[in-house]
Amino acid sequence: MESIVYYDQGDKEYPARMKPLPGMPKGIYVKGKLPRDDLPSAAIVGGRACSAYGREQARRFARELAAAGVQIISGLASGIDAAAHEGALEGGGLTFAVLGCGVNICYPRENYPLMRRILEQEGGVLSEFQPGERPLAWHFPQRNRVISALADLVLVVEARQKSGSLITADYALEQGKSVYALPGRVNETLSEGSNRLIAQGAGIAVDPTALLEELESVGKWRFFERPAAYQEATGSERGRPSGTSTEAGRKLSREEKRVLRAIEDGSHTLEELHHATGHTIPELSALLVRMQLDGFLFEDGKNVYFLRG
Amino acid sequence: MFCRVWSMVIHGVEAVPVRVEADVSDGMPMFTIVGYVSAQVREAQDRVRTALRNLGIVLPPKRIVINLAPADIRKDGSRFDLPIAAAVLQAVGRIPPGSLEDTMMIGELGLNGDIQAVNGVLSSVLEARRIGMKACILPKANLPEGRQAEVKETYGISSLRELLAYCCGAKPEEEPYCESRQSGGKGQKPEPEDLTADVSEPEEDFDDILGQEGVKRAALISACGFHNLLLIGPPGSGKSMAARRIPTILPPMTREEQLEVTRLYSIAGLLPSGQSLIRRRPFRAPHHSITAQALVGGGRFPSPGEITLAHRGVLFLDELPEMSRRVLELLRQPLEEHRILISRQEGTYLFPANFVLVAAMNPCPCGYYPDRERCRCTDPEISRYLGKVSQAFLDRMDLCTEVPAVSCETLMQRSREKKKDGLTSVKMRQIVVCARQMQEERYRGSVVRFNSELKAGQIEKYCPLTPEASRMMAQAYDSLGLSARGFHRVLKVARTIADMEACETIGTAHVGEALCCRSMDKKIWRV
Repeated sequence: MESIVYYDQGDKEYPARMKPLPGMPKGIYVKGKLPRDDLPSAAIVGGRACSAYGREQARRFARELAAAGVQIISGLASGIDAAAHEGALEGGGLTFAVLGCGVNICYPRENYPLMRRILEQEGGVLSEFQPGERPLAWHFPQRNRVISALADLVLVVEARQKSGSLITADYALEQGKSVYALPGRVNETLSEGSNRLIAQGAGIAVDPTALLEELESVGKWRFFERPAAYQEATGSERGRPSGTSTEAGRKLSREEKRVLRAIEDGSHTLEELHHATGHTIPELSALLVRMQLDGFLFEDGKNVYFLRG
Repeated sequence: MFCRVWSMVIHGVEAVPVRVEADVSDGMPMFTIVGYVSAQVREAQDRVRTALRNLGIVLPPKRIVINLAPADIRKDGSRFDLPIAAAVLQAVGRIPPGSLEDTMMIGELGLNGDIQAVNGVLSSVLEARRIGMKACILPKANLPEGRQAEVKETYGISSLRELLAYCCGAKPEEEPYCESRQSGGKGQKPEPEDLTADVSEPEEDFDDILGQEGVKRAALISACGFHNLLLIGPPGSGKSMAARRIPTILPPMTREEQLEVTRLYSIAGLLPSGQSLIRRRPFRAPHHSITAQALVGGGRFPSPGEITLAHRGVLFLDELPEMSRRVLELLRQPLEEHRILISRQEGTYLFPANFVLVAAMNPCPCGYYPDRERCRCTDPEISRYLGKVSQAFLDRMDLCTEVPAVSCETLMQRSREKKKDGLTSVKMRQIVVCARQMQEERYRGSVVRFNSELKAGQIEKYCPLTPEASRMMAQAYDSLGLSARGFHRVLKVARTIADMEACETIGTAHVGEALCCRSMDKKIWRV
């Protein structure tokens, strides 16, 4: 068990990013490590209820940013937050969770294994609330200001109209951080909030590179060479892009390409794909399983297929 | 004077021969029934005495003792009225001795001497045939059912008066059921049955379901190999509709299966009146509020439950997660062993329960997950909902398919689609019958009837894979995280899919499709 450390605003360990900002907590409790001031960091936040698309993209952005040496800050909530932490871990990077309860409490409980992995991989869990403080509803908007304060850039993924992630985005703007949003379909309520952010002038997260470029322009970070500090922190030269079998070592057949295109066009279930591609069900199911085994697709819900990010 | 006749008691689903002994002797006038009998059987004395008096036969004021042997089996029900009356009549000398030699009889008496129908006739007559009884006397209403056992001398009588006439040598007017099946003569004989024909044309058809090709395919595979099927989908997408049509494509029952099922229904008292044999495979759809006893069978003297009534047919459980977890988990053992053993203080009762389980459920409490536009369920809510069905239970489902909501276009296309090649129940059944034949030939001489019944040891023998197919299975085992049981289930389903195409060796296409509709894995479900 990691010990819990308290840093007062006056301590030199207290994150430098937070020190100059108004309205910051008097002190913070930390389990594990604090985000490093000498490394870039990005917050990835979003709704708890999310689509497979949102989850997959949050994971992908986090993975690629983390692999480039960016620390990923999020809130350990289920949905997008969890996907962001997961992605950062997959990318072999550092990731930090800011909680709305005491750091000795894991909320939601099912993310406990995730929290353990964050701590094992040199990351940290922090909170302005005293250990033992329960996750009360009013804590969460308040902790969002810490999430944005710790980041150089905030990426919002799938926020509904009244999502807490929009509060994070507001704080980020007040604190002078850049805000990016992942565009969603305009007819989906899931992305209504994030799309509105774009309409109001937020950056469009077209790919992770766009975010890396933004980080380069706001700070002193250079991503073409890996920062020495990063190597020191993780003890490795390169991040470990572990686990993902996205790169299948084979070419797709014509039928498979057609299936992929149909999925891109918004057909996801077996039934929809049957209509979109004209394949019979036996042919189609054999194709889908082949592509799933080779890592081109994943299944979210029974017989509902999505592209690997 | 002592005398004896034969009857049968139902113990679980088996009939057990019972000797009904009567002794009339001098002493204090009394009428006693002994031999571990229930209150229902004890009531027989008043019915017998009154019925006889109403026929003008007054029992002498003597000591009458009835014994039902063997005395260690509990006797229950009203079926002993007739044998008790016969034994008493014989003991007081109203029936010539020896006239009821090797004759099994069951029936309930009315106060006027009428003989009423009873349950469990077929089991009794079959057992009588087995132990070599010469004749069976049944209530007239039960005669068609009793005749299915093909005992040469099976008589139906409607009153005690007819019994007296029978014993004095006058055979009941109607001819006993005899070899005339082959000769095909006499008018009133039942026609030689065509096993493939149903008694009535089913009014439901898979053609009624619009779109949902994936579901139809899964139902077809399920029917071909008797595989358990789980349907998941939003409300109103047609899960129940599809399940209710599965009986229309199941292969016809053999005569032995028909007798087996009829026996069970007869014991449960559920044989439709006027129907002597159940020819269509049963379809049971109990409500999700069902209790454990009603599902697997039970009671102090266990009677068959829904899983036994679904024997050789379909058990459909709608709204699976709404069922109590305890009840659901009871199904695990019967699903593996195709029978249920119920132990009571009185003894152990074995009920057959070889059924196809078709279950339907929503993916989340509101029913629309993963469509996050409509589904606002939180992750813990969904986990809790799915948690009501254990992974062990899901592992026992061979097939699992998504039943998506039907699009408006599909609904509109109805007329056009129908003219094209819509998959009708008739066409589907043809495929099922072919696949059934393949299995019949393959498993000739073994107890296996359907691919789903293969045991782990037999899989290697009966499910040969092409080299590519085995590579695919190996890859799937690693990357999809199948359990050993899940692995075997996939192979069995692949066997069925290959049978549908009349292939002896299982290829990649078959394995691929089987993997596609493999049972749901909760890990995949929640990514």
